[in-house]
Amino acid sequence: MSEIPSVDMRSIVKTFGPVVANDQVDFTARTGEIHALLGENGAGKSTMMCMLSGVYRPTSGDIFIHGNKVKIKSPKDAMKQGIGMVFQNFRLVQTLTAAENIVLGERSSFWRGPGWMKNKQEEIEAIADRFGLPFPVDRPIWQLSVGEQQRVEIVKTLYRGADIIILDEPTSVLTPGEVEQLFYTLLHMKAEGKSVIMTTHKLKEVMAVSDRISVMRKGRMLHTLDKQETDERELARLMVGKEVAAIRPEASGRKPASGIMLDVKGLDVFADHGRKALDQLELRVQAGEIVGVAGVAGNGQRELAEVLTGLRSWKNGAITFAGGELKNGSVRGAIEAGIAHVPENRMKSGLAGSLGAVDNLLFKSYRSDERSTFGFLRSKSNKVWSQSLVEQFDVKTPDLDTPVRSLSGGNQQKLLFAREINQEPKLMVAVHPTQGLDVGATEGVHKLLHELRDKGSSVLLISEDLDEILQLADRILVIYGGRIVGEVSQTQADREQIGMWMAGMQGEEEAAG
Amino acid sequence: MSDQPIPTTAVPTNPEGKPAAKLRLRLEIERNPSGQGNPWWMTIVSIILALVFCGIFIALNGMNPITVYAKMLRGAFGTSFGFTETLVKAIPLLLCGLGVSIAYRISVWNIGAEGQFVIGAMAATAVTVYWPNLPAYAAIPTMIVLSIVAGGIWGLLTAIPKTHFQVNELITSLMLNYVALLALDYVVFGPWKDPQGFNFPGTPMFTETQSLPVLGDTRLHFGLVFAVIAIIVYAVMIRYTRWGYELRLIGANAEAARNAGIGIKKHILVVMLISGGLAGLAGMSEVSGVTHRLMYGISPGYGYTAIIVAWLARLNPIGLVISSVLFAGLIVGGYSVQTIGLPSSISEMIQGSILFFLIAGATIGKIRIKRSA
Amino acid sequence: MDLFTQLLVAAVSSGTPLLFATLGGILIERSGIIQLGAEGLMLMGAVTACLTYLNTESLPITLLAVFAVCALLGVLHAFLTVTLHANQIVSGLAMTMFGSGFSAYLGKSVSGTPLPMSVPKLHLPWIENVPVIGDLFGRLDMLTWFSFLLVIVMHLFIHRTSWGLHMRAIGDNPSTADVMGIHVQAFRYGYVIVGSMLIGLAGADLLLVYSPTWIEGMTAGRGWIAVALIIFARWNPLRALFCAYFFGALDTLGFRIQLITSHIPPYFLKMIPYILTILVLMVLGYRNRNKPSGSPEALGVPYIREQRF
Repeated sequence: MSEIPSVDMRSIVKTFGPVVANDQVDFTARTGEIHALLGENGAGKSTMMCMLSGVYRPTSGDIFIHGNKVKIKSPKDAMKQGIGMVFQNFRLVQTLTAAENIVLGERSSFWRGPGWMKNKQEEIEAIADRFGLPFPVDRPIWQLSVGEQQRVEIVKTLYRGADIIILDEPTSVLTPGEVEQLFYTLLHMKAEGKSVIMTTHKLKEVMAVSDRISVMRKGRMLHTLDKQETDERELARLMVGKEVAAIRPEASGRKPASGIMLDVKGLDVFADHGRKALDQLELRVQAGEIVGVAGVAGNGQRELAEVLTGLRSWKNGAITFAGGELKNGSVRGAIEAGIAHVPENRMKSGLAGSLGAVDNLLFKSYRSDERSTFGFLRSKSNKVWSQSLVEQFDVKTPDLDTPVRSLSGGNQQKLLFAREINQEPKLMVAVHPTQGLDVGATEGVHKLLHELRDKGSSVLLISEDLDEILQLADRILVIYGGRIVGEVSQTQADREQIGMWMAGMQGEEEAAG
Repeated sequence: MSDQPIPTTAVPTNPEGKPAAKLRLRLEIERNPSGQGNPWWMTIVSIILALVFCGIFIALNGMNPITVYAKMLRGAFGTSFGFTETLVKAIPLLLCGLGVSIAYRISVWNIGAEGQFVIGAMAATAVTVYWPNLPAYAAIPTMIVLSIVAGGIWGLLTAIPKTHFQVNELITSLMLNYVALLALDYVVFGPWKDPQGFNFPGTPMFTETQSLPVLGDTRLHFGLVFAVIAIIVYAVMIRYTRWGYELRLIGANAEAARNAGIGIKKHILVVMLISGGLAGLAGMSEVSGVTHRLMYGISPGYGYTAIIVAWLARLNPIGLVISSVLFAGLIVGGYSVQTIGLPSSISEMIQGSILFFLIAGATIGKIRIKRSA
Repeated sequence: MDLFTQLLVAAVSSGTPLLFATLGGILIERSGIIQLGAEGLMLMGAVTACLTYLNTESLPITLLAVFAVCALLGVLHAFLTVTLHANQIVSGLAMTMFGSGFSAYLGKSVSGTPLPMSVPKLHLPWIENVPVIGDLFGRLDMLTWFSFLLVIVMHLFIHRTSWGLHMRAIGDNPSTADVMGIHVQAFRYGYVIVGSMLIGLAGADLLLVYSPTWIEGMTAGRGWIAVALIIFARWNPLRALFCAYFFGALDTLGFRIQLITSHIPPYFLKMIPYILTILVLMVLGYRNRNKPSGSPEALGVPYIREQRF
């Protein structure tokens, strides 16, 4: 019996204005398989899946579900076809409970008394139990951990009867332990005859759980392979487009790490709603080293970055920086002391999208005598200076007045780095510096960070992407519950050990025992 | 750079006159919050549409809208008296409009210019009430300084709850308008009422020394100079100074500005102080230059009209000059049609509709028709 | 009736317009749209009620006319903010300005003419004889009874129905609601229109029950107080009831004090509600500085579909 694929997308083209996100892409998935859609950020995987789930509509091309040609105009249509998607950024309403989120799209029964809700909660708990996805059904989402929120999302698709389940980068927010649990659930779903499609850029996971693998690069589909036929090396080559050398550029002119640059002692910091975010945190960074802070989102990384850059003040403890005391809660103090900041979300807090390159480059230096005099900006010389920075950092922009919002992500990040590095910082606090960048731009950012280190500056790299940290950092710290719970040098890094730390388990004793 | 496609189907005809194969046209809205790139003629179209819209209601009232508008136009700009009167009204509008523009630059929605204007006028009048015998060289500067300070403090009363108690400035500034108007009523009906005024709710007339000099033998007074100086200073500050850069940054992205070490709270306080101070100065120039006394209903809603003036001008200095003269003309024109039995509130109605069409136009102006396969 | 009961009765009668306007505002803001046009809508509601009643002398037709006019204005606000993504604050201000000007224009001819009517009252003989409660509930007019009903209906609607759930989702996270197959734009239109009708009813109630003579600008900032009440009530209809009556009581307290003593000028008493609004908001802001305000997360943010990045 020739099997009809559950999903068959043919010659899909999707354009956003002049940008072609998907170019003549074919994709099929079978019933009862786990299919990994592999590709770098920006390869077009998510766009493909968004079209399958009705968020976007294809510019051209056909979609067949179980052999029937369908037009998926909205997420509702997708649901009718039995397609459910778990987005990377969860589609959950924070103020509603888990159960309310799950029944949100339901049309039946206008009146929903307490009895109705209780029945639904039991129904949901039954599904959650069957697939090994426990979470508290009656608590509002904002009180749930990220891992629990993902489970809510998965149960939502199952509750609505989906037999084609798409997960967009599902592991990026999970601890290694939670990843294991997720894979167990995926295998369970496969066993029940569901088609599971998972987009990812992590090769290990692909090899661990999937049956077939489709590789995309730059909006095109390259190959679909059976897992048995391939290996990590081949997939990496396909995905990146060249043989990846797993070596780190070691510049010859690198100064050895020397002397303490940053010394954080007994730091207590409270988050916005009075929750304790950092708890007696201790941290030391030497001059000329890159220190990576790994951890699952929400364990105090954001607050740590904010405290160091003066955006948040601390309650107890002390920060010594470059031999002096750091001023508590003063952004200017931090800037003047020589701390640069690449924030988590560049368009939200790093750049002013509607302004041009000049205004964006002036952010931190406009107070200096070179940039302004008697309160007036030196417009002409600032323009010349901006032009030279734009050239030096190879920022591609039509002209200096073009709103930076219209630049590509990579060029925005280069502009931001140009500004921060121009300050000749002693310490660079970089939070997810390569988020949303393509391979080339990511490499560029890595190179800039290395150069900075080689010149004797310190870098504190805060990232949830463990691979990036392993690749870049000289020393790796793991943050959990507002404390540094583990430390390891890059050469001795062990993923499993780090994973245990990230999950809050003191693995050392257990391993030793 | 997100866009929302509004799919529409249109069947255009090709040059041969045959209907073309079904062609899909897409209307896309370019999102551009700064409002730049919106064609200037859209503003004029919006004004014309607003006039047409209100014209319908005038016609329903049994009048010929063209006649009414012509009369308004003649009343406002047609005669030298009318034109001077328009300029006189443009002074407070320009000063208040400038004040709110500065606040809007950093997205502080000050709608309290009306109250700040009234408080400024009261502060200036207080000088005439409590120190009636000051010589001109002392009286006028004291009035100016006090009105700016009082207006500024009134502005701070809006700013402090915002910065330190997270209270929305829209509500505070508006509530303070009512408080200011009631305070005005209290003084003009009570302690400051002119004893020889036959119960008229107003203070005694100002003396020569308490009045701003007029230009020639017109009603045009020295307040015009304040307004011109203020607008020039504003234009220079916004474009060329560090302070202007900081405002631009906060307006474009407050969180990024915070990352650049700019104290947002401090700027909100300073901006509201200036914003209120300018409105207060407008109040002073109105009592000292035009009415020569403080009286009931001293402002015919200058503070509210200033909001539209600022919006129409897109906070641009030259735009502010043009739009304040235009709206002053609308007010004067509104008075001139009272003689043919229309209420002067017609100008308020036109103002509201202009604002409606402006914000609609700001978006419609960004709609591009795109051809899609 | 003792003074306390009198005050209570007066609080209800002057609080009812505030209540209608607050409920309307809650409906609109819960769906994620800021409504600052309440003052203009109330004035339009009042002037429409006055003109229609003087011409038809029919209460049902009057109310229908009020609903029709304010629904139309609601469509306008929704079109600007939902379809065109215009700035919701400015659209609301425009509504207030247009409403004040247009109502003054329309009402010029009837300004100062008292309405020859009163809204029918519901006599409940069995309750009328109970002390205090009897004075309070024994002879309330239909509109006030309707406002009680509305509070309960809205509360149940928001927390006990599927549409209420959708509404909360739309106001907090429209893109999620959209993905779940809820018509965000359509619902927002609906709530803006219905909410505007309720705010219009507030104006009509003010004119028909509270002070049956049209005067230019007769709302005197009540629309704005209703905007503040939405925040006091934390977008919750039950709390709105108490907040509205509290402000209603303040309004009448001014008159009472004036009757007792002539030492305090009436102007200062009239300032109380405005100043108290600011003070209460400040206290709330200070108390809630570390808590979510209860405000819909997406309030004021236009929802644009198919947003990249």
